[in-house]
Formats: sequence, structure tokens, C-alpha cells
Amino acid sequence: MSTIENLKTFDPFAEADDDAGAAQKKQGQDYIHIRIQQRNGRKTLTTVQGLPKKFDQKKILKVIKKKFACNGTIVADSEMGEVIQLQGDQRKDVQEFLVAKDGLELDAKTIKVHGF
Amino acid sequence: MAEVEQPLPERKARKSVAFSEGATIMDENGNISESAQDGTKSTAEKHSSPSIDQGVEEVTKQMEGADMFAGMAKKKKKSKKTEDADGEAPAADGEFDPSSLKKKKKKSTKPKDDDFEAKLAKAGVEGAPEAENEQAVDQDGDWEKGTGIWSHDNKTPIAYPLLLDRFFELINHFNPDILSSGSRSYKIPPPQCLREGNKKTIFANIAEICKRMKRNDDHVIQFLFAELGTSGSVDGSKRLVIKGRFQQKQIENVLRRYIMEYVTCKTCRSPDTELSKGENRLYFVTCNSCGSRRSVQAIKSGFTAQVGKRKRMQG
Repeated sequence: MSTIENLKTFDPFAEADDDAGAAQKKQGQDYIHIRIQQRNGRKTLTTVQGLPKKFDQKKILKVIKKKFACNGTIVADSEMGEVIQLQGDQRKDVQEFLVAKDGLELDAKTIKVHGF
Repeated sequence: MAEVEQPLPERKARKSVAFSEGATIMDENGNISESAQDGTKSTAEKHSSPSIDQGVEEVTKQMEGADMFAGMAKKKKKSKKTEDADGEAPAADGEFDPSSLKKKKKKSTKPKDDDFEAKLAKAGVEGAPEAENEQAVDQDGDWEKGTGIWSHDNKTPIAYPLLLDRFFELINHFNPDILSSGSRSYKIPPPQCLREGNKKTIFANIAEICKRMKRNDDHVIQFLFAELGTSGSVDGSKRLVIKGRFQQKQIENVLRRYIMEYVTCKTCRSPDTELSKGENRLYFVTCNSCGSRRSVQAIKSGFTAQVGKRKRMQG
């Protein structure tokens, strides 16, 4: 094994594992927060904060937008990192999507839904 | 066994009669009776030696008693004997009871039999185990009405399961909320929400609620704002003005979450707790009823999107 140096340079799994491990570690305390904010009138915003880094936020947003029939953006916050912002009260939908089998398959315990 | 029950009161009745009879007998042959006590042992031995089975022994004794009643001394021995036998094997009592009954009936004609019975009753040992056996079979009566075995004057022992049933029925009857006391209800007054203008909500009784929860107003307000994703202020009469429209139900939900997280003790679920700032700027909840101490998360408002940029820029 050690003789073949070339094979050692790139291990496709090591990196992924490392990433996952880091994400897990971070998630040990860091929850995914789903919040709601009131806008003018009956309008609301839903923010999803703290999604694991291993997921591509853009792709998630695209799926969510299609699925929940709402618009949304990705906001890069200096403290919180990338936050998905959706129009309307999508808390329940997002929560289900994050846990669902055809969604991200996250642990429900890591998700915290805030708001009223 | 049912048969057995009947003779018991009979016996009691006899008891008094027999007593007097016994006394008279004693008077009649006073010397003999006294001397009999000495002699009892020897005769008792004689009785015991031939009969191996105790049940049989007693029966035989009774038989003998009937036969040998002429000699007063022997009666005494027998009574003592039966005492011993009963003490050793109360279970055996039940078996030979019917037989003894028959004998009693037979003997009832003989006055001396009563004497013997009286002595048995005097001993008192035999009565108890027999009664047990009887009660195991038929325990009639309604404890609510106080009839049958439950009547006040009745001295028959009551089976343990029946007593237990009565205990639980009574305890549930007189304390209907004893079952729900496990999850002690914790009540706070419902939040009062008023609408101020079109865009603001006034949370009127926050001071009272905070007092009830024994929490600092600021902490509760901070939590409310973080959860609702808004801001606000406290007005002159200590009411909280929240930006945005909120219904009472919504505020209630948030308060409930606050209580879950910062008020109730996770160990004993008691709401009697104190929130204090420990070392390292960490908040700790100390329970006053069970003494447990746990750390709670500091309130973080998290990400709040800019709403109405232009307005904010202006204002």
C-alpha cells in the first residue's frame, strides 16, 4: 500500500467523512433553526438557519421553492452563515421536508422551530 | 365450612353458660380441679402419645372428653391439649371441624360437653384460626351499606383483598383529583393581548405572569422578542408593546415554551425554580423542591431578516 504513493493522495471517502464529521460535531450543539418573521399585513417570512454544510443550499432552495410554491433567497449573514429565506409561513413544510425520506433525512431532534 | 359458621355463635352463647357450669363444677370438685392441673400433664401425655395426627388427635380427644367427662381432671388436660394442637396446626382445624360439629350435636345432649366447649373458648386459640377459614369462604355484605361482614358489630376478620378494594375505592371517592395530582398543574393567568393601532400588540399582564413564574421581566421579554422575531418596548405601566400583530393564542404558545425551557425542573417537573446567572455568564435553573441544578441556553435571537429596508433607513 505504502509503495503506491499516487493512490494515497486522493481518498474520495476521507474528505467526505471529514466533512460529515465536522458537520456532526458542529451540529452536536448547533441546531437548525426555523424562524418566522412578520412583515406588513398578513405576510410573513420563514428563515432556515444552520443547515449542514454538506448540503448545497442553492439546490435545496430550488426544490423547496418548487415544492412549497413560494419564492425565496439565500442570504449570506456574517454571523449565521447562509440562511434560506422563504416567503410566507413555511415552518411546518420546511420541518417536514428536512426530516422526510425524500427530503434531507435529518434528525428531527436537531431541528428547532421557533415562533408563535 | 358454611356449617362451621353456625356453631360459632352457638359456642359463644354456650361460653357464658359453660363458664358458669365450669365454675360450678369447680366448686363441686374444687380439690379435684386443682389437683387436676398437676395431673393434667401426665394424662395429656397419655393422650398425645397414642394419636399421631393432630386432627385425629383432637377428634379423639373430644371423643374421649365425651366418654371420660366423669373425671373432671381429664377435661382440663384436653382443653390444654387442644390448644397446643391448634397452635401447631391451624390449617388442620378446617379439616376436622365438620366432624367436631357432628360431635357437638351429638354431645349437645350431654351437659358435660358444654363444659369442654367452654374451656376451648376460654383458651381462645381455637376460635381465631377457625374464623379465618370461614371468612375465606364467604365474605358477604356491602361495605357501603355496612352490612354482612362490614357491619360495625361484626368481629369476623375480613380478607385482605377486600379491605384493599375498599381502601382504594374510598380514597378515590373522597379525593377525586388524587389521580391527576401526579402531573401537578401549574397555572399562570392567561396573557392579555390588546391591539395598539394597527401594527402593535400590547401584552398587558406580563408583569403579573413574570411574578408568578418568578422570573425577571427582562429575561421573559428577551425570549419573547427572540421567538417572535420582532422588537418592542415596555410602556409606562409596565406593559409590553410588541411590534407586529399577535393573538393571545400565539403569545400563549411562546410562553408555554418559555416555561418548558426555563421554568420547569426537568428532574421533578416542579415549577418552583430559580434562574440565576452562574459563573461564565451561564444561566442556571435551580429547583427549590428537589435541589437539582441545570444549565439553560442563553437566549439567542438568531438571524433576523431585514424587513422594510427603506423604512428603517429613514427611521
